[in-house]
Parts: sequence; structure tokens; C-alpha cells
Amino acid sequence: MDLVEFQGKQLFRRNGVPVPAEGTACRTVEEVEAAARGYIETDGASAVMVKAQVKTGGRGKAGGVKYAPSVDDAREHASNILGLDIKGHTVNVVYVEPASDIDEEYYLSVMHDRVNKGELIICSREGGVDIEEVNRTNPDAVVKRTVLPSERENGLPKEIALEVMTQANMPEDVRDEAADLLVQLFAAYLAEDATLAEINPLIKNGEGRIIALDAKVTLDGNAAFRHDGYGEWQIEGIDNDDPLEAEAKSKGIQYVKLDGSVGVLGNGAGLVMATLDVVAQNGGRAANFLDVGGGASADAMAQSLGLVLSDPDVKSVFVNIFGGITRGEEVANGIIEATRRLGDFPQKLVIRLDGTNAEEGRRILEEANLPSVVSKPTMQEAAAEAVRLASA
Amino acid sequence: MSIFIDESTKVVVQGIGSQGTFHAKRNQDYGTSIVAGTHPKKGGTTWDELGVPVYATVKEAVEEAGANTSMVMVPAPFTKGAILEAYEAGIQTIVAITEGVPVHDMTEVYDTVVRRGGVRLIGPNCPGLISPGKSNVGIIPADITMPGKVGLVSRSGTLTYQIMHELAQAGIGISTCVGIGGDPVIGTQFLDVIQAFAEDPETEAIAFVGEIGGSEEQKAGEWIRDNIPDTPVVGYIAGFEAPEGKQMGHAGAIVKEGGPGGESAAEKKEILESFGISVAMNPSEAAQLMIERLGD
Repeated sequence: MDLVEFQGKQLFRRNGVPVPAEGTACRTVEEVEAAARGYIETDGASAVMVKAQVKTGGRGKAGGVKYAPSVDDAREHASNILGLDIKGHTVNVVYVEPASDIDEEYYLSVMHDRVNKGELIICSREGGVDIEEVNRTNPDAVVKRTVLPSERENGLPKEIALEVMTQANMPEDVRDEAADLLVQLFAAYLAEDATLAEINPLIKNGEGRIIALDAKVTLDGNAAFRHDGYGEWQIEGIDNDDPLEAEAKSKGIQYVKLDGSVGVLGNGAGLVMATLDVVAQNGGRAANFLDVGGGASADAMAQSLGLVLSDPDVKSVFVNIFGGITRGEEVANGIIEATRRLGDFPQKLVIRLDGTNAEEGRRILEEANLPSVVSKPTMQEAAAEAVRLASA
Repeated sequence: MSIFIDESTKVVVQGIGSQGTFHAKRNQDYGTSIVAGTHPKKGGTTWDELGVPVYATVKEAVEEAGANTSMVMVPAPFTKGAILEAYEAGIQTIVAITEGVPVHDMTEVYDTVVRRGGVRLIGPNCPGLISPGKSNVGIIPADITMPGKVGLVSRSGTLTYQIMHELAQAGIGISTCVGIGGDPVIGTQFLDVIQAFAEDPETEAIAFVGEIGGSEEQKAGEWIRDNIPDTPVVGYIAGFEAPEGKQMGHAGAIVKEGGPGGESAAEKKEILESFGISVAMNPSEAAQLMIERLGD
């Protein structure tokens, strides 16, 4: 789960990572104006920043981050940024915060290291720009250090943080403070079950202090069980999920909306991905990716089918099940239950059922003799039939 | 021969709830030696469905029932603890079926159990493994395949079944099939399994099922080119139709926006083919390519 900047800063703040004075998340020009007035006229800030809160990179280049030395400027920027489309994400929320004096900009992140199975620290003295560009043009300026769990039993040791800062050739007057911030950032990453905690830019401000001017944080949804607050990070207008995707998520079903007309429902991400491939190779396009998951019950099957059938783009549905932990009779009962619950629907369901208890499942379906259900013995034949029905 | 499990495999099941019982029973019916279950509060009782003892700890299952392999079926919040317990009890092969285990938990487990402990950990979030005719540990439906000479390794459970099924219909059996799981941190990698197949005299050909995301397939492909160029190897990478930047189910299955090259199915296919590996566009074609390669 990705957080937007102001949420990332909240998370940093509560874990002791230094960030600018708290700003205000706003949804309207009027709110931005009121916040800017407060910071500039009451608190004496020299200027404010108006920043789009979207879950994608490249906000600055897209015109989503603006400096406003006056209330009028803040209002004008807000009216331009609110509603702006940044890589398919509509800006519904902007964050207004007092502008920081920037002396120098750096880059710092901690992320899951998939290759080495630990954490990867990346630090660069050159920040505030595309870090991948720096990595290409001046690779020596980007320091990477993997930290294994055995090296950080009580958190990241200060010596490792200092070693990173020294290698990155951070200015000596801030090296120690930057190392402290890295230790705190690492602690926040661990405490919050993050898989990414990125600061770009990390800055030295006018007073020579090191602070996180931006925050990009990804949390591990699988760890939600030990973090009561995970649900609070979901914000209307920022989590721009398709309504069906949101509904699926709330039911624990993996669903992704796609742009074709064949609804695809299966068990296991790999099989569902393969089903999308086979549908395409048979001349059709999948309308969605839906993984009912392992051990899908009749109820989960019924809910999943309801979800797919409620999409007006869906002209036929390919139910592709190869049971392992999922049992054939549960699938069959789920399909029967779904057709009962949903009443009349125009689409045909093409079912292909194999694996655990598949014979029993096929028998149950055959006896139910549902007019909307077509059974096919192989994945290829079922795909071809579903494509044919979708284009008929 | 087979890899990782065989006739001497003695399994303790951690997690004897309804799913654990259902699948352990199926494993037992197949002939797998399930010697015990564990439950912290049910030590000293009998696991009625399987007719084997239940111990409070894995250590007791090792000492009293001779368990050498563990199948972990506990819920995700307890998986880290269960794997560490099996490791500390001296279990040498741990198969973790559970899905949804946090990344941080697995990072620590991997460091302790695999990197420093040298124990064979398969999964988590995997279907387990089967050596047909010998042992089945996990949730792979055994009745769709039979003993044979193809080693199969996969990041996806159901997709593996699909290919096993299609091979079996052509009369081709399996030496061992290993579902390694699709999570970002898993105990056993593609390459580990392929290397084990290369050393197994009964495995004459290798089929592997990859996915979008990461670069494990490329690493395995390079090793195959350099070490076993004459072994028939067939691959399929799921997700040709997966849009960039969208998570497709598995935690690992995502084509990263602006990430390092080679994470899409098309890119992986191209790289693997440059290593001399036949790469199919779908599971049926993978089975077909394997049938053709074996028929040569």
C-alpha cells in the first residue's frame, strides 16, 4: 500500500524522522487559501509550497509542485493543481506546508532488497532530481548498501549509517546528523512494516539542519494484522481505485480491471495470468483479472462472479479452475449459488474445472443444468468459447 | 531418485486446522509418511483423521516420531514463529504453504533458516512439492500426474497443475515438481531447484513456469546455458497480458514502472530464448514443446 507525501511525513514524524513543520491537506482552493494565509500572515512563513498528493512519481515535472510566496500565488497554484491529471491520477488533494530554506539537496532511501533478501540503503549527495538519471550519468555518486537482518538486530547500527554517509561523500558538517536520520528512517521502515521509505530530496536547510522534504512510503499490506492504523491510510479521492477494485479489496479478492470484454475468474494468480494470455491468443481481450485465491469457498465464488458480472463491459465470463487447495464441489456450488443470487443476467459462463474433487464439481454442475453455464474440458477450448461468446 | 523429498520423508504438520487436516490426509492417502501434527494446546492427543499423535512442539515430533520434514499450514501471523520453531527443532526440510506472510518476517526467517542455517525451506505461499510415487508434501493434487523424468519448477501453484496435467495426458510423468511460491522472499529459488534437477539422474528434462517481475528466470536461464546446454528445458512466463505497474495477485507479480529492464513476460521470453531455452506463450504450448523435445 502506497502512502502519499503528507501521510509519509506523518509516519516519519511519529517515528522521529525530522520533517518540516506540519502542513495542511486541502481539497478545495478555499482551504488552500485559508491554510496559506495562516502560515504566511499568522505564523510568519516567507512562503508556502502547494503539492499535489498523488500516488505516482514525476509530480514536479507535471506542474504538481509549486512555490507560493503569497496567499494569492497559493490560490492560483491550487486552482491549477486541483483536478490536474498526473499520469492517470487526478489530483483531488493538495498539501500546503511552509516552504523550507534549501541549502543543499540529497537522496536517501531504504527499501526491500529482493535480490539479497535484506534491506537496501541508497544514498546520494545529488538529490532532488531523477535518481535513476544520476545513477546512469554519475554512478559513483550513488551509494548502495545492503543490510542483512543479522547486521541489525537492534536496529541499524550508527557505524553503518556513518559508513554510508562517508561513502556518499556527504558534507562533513552534516554527516553525523544525516547518519542519525538514516538510523531513524531505518527504524521507521522496520516498525511500520514498510517495503520502501524514500526521501527525495533530503535537504540541508538554511539553518544547516537535515530534514526530509518529501516522503514516499510503501507499506506491506500483509502486515496489516499487527498495525491497527493501516485502514486509516486509505483516503477517499487519493486511492483512485476502480469502484469494483475497491469492492473486491474489501472482500479480500484480488481483482484488477482491464479493458477487454471477457470476464476472467480463476484460482491462483499464475493461472489467472495464463488465462489472460490464452484469451488474448484466441483473439479476445480480458475485461479483468480476478483471483478467487486459495481454498475459495462457495461464498467467495459467488461474490467473485457477482463482481465480474456487474461490470457492463463483460460480455462473457471464463471461469478457469484448477483445484489444489480449492475443491471442485465448492466451486460448483459457488457457481450455482451465484446464479441463484444474481437472478437473470445476459452473459454466459464458460467453465473449465480440473484438479481436486473436479469430477464431483462437474457432476454437480451437470445435474444443476444451468442455462447460463457452458462446460468445456480444456483451457484452450474454454478460452475459444468465451471469446466467441463475447464477440457474438 | 527425486529431489528434496523421497520415501524416507517423515512429515510433521504444523497447523492441524481444517485446511491442514484436509491436505495432510490427502498426502497420507497418497502414501506420504505423515508422522505427527503439532498444536500448542493439544499435545498428547491423537490427530483422529490421520491416526497419528499430536505434540505441543515440533521438537517432540522430531524426538518421538522421527520427523525430518515439516509442512507449515498455520495462519500468516504465526508462520514466522512456526518456521523458526521447526528450524530450531532440527528439521532439515521445511515446506511453508501459508500465503500472506509479511515481507519483514520472511526476510528474517530467510537470514536465520536458509542463509545461516542451511536448511531447505520451500515457500511460503507455495503449493509444496511432489515426487510422484514417493511423497507429496503440500497441496498439489497428486492424481493428475505420475512418476516420470520431467523436473518441474514453478512460482505459481495452479499453473503447475495445468502443465503437469497436460504432460500426463501425453503420457509424460514427473520426477519432482516443486512449487517455490511467488512471494518477494522465498526460501528456495528457481536456480536452486534447477541445479538440484541437473544433479538428479532421474530428471532428464526440465520445465519451468515463471512470471512477470524480478529476474530469477534470467539468472536460472544463464546457468542452464552455461552448465546443462544439452538438457531439454522448456519455460513459460505467465503474464504476457499483464499491464505495467499493476499488481497481479502475487506480491512478486508486477511489471515495475521504470524498474530495471527484463521484468515483463515478453522481455523474459526473449532473454531466455537467447540462452537456448524454448519458451511457450501459454501452458498448453509449454506442455506441447516438452512433448516435442522429449520425442526427439
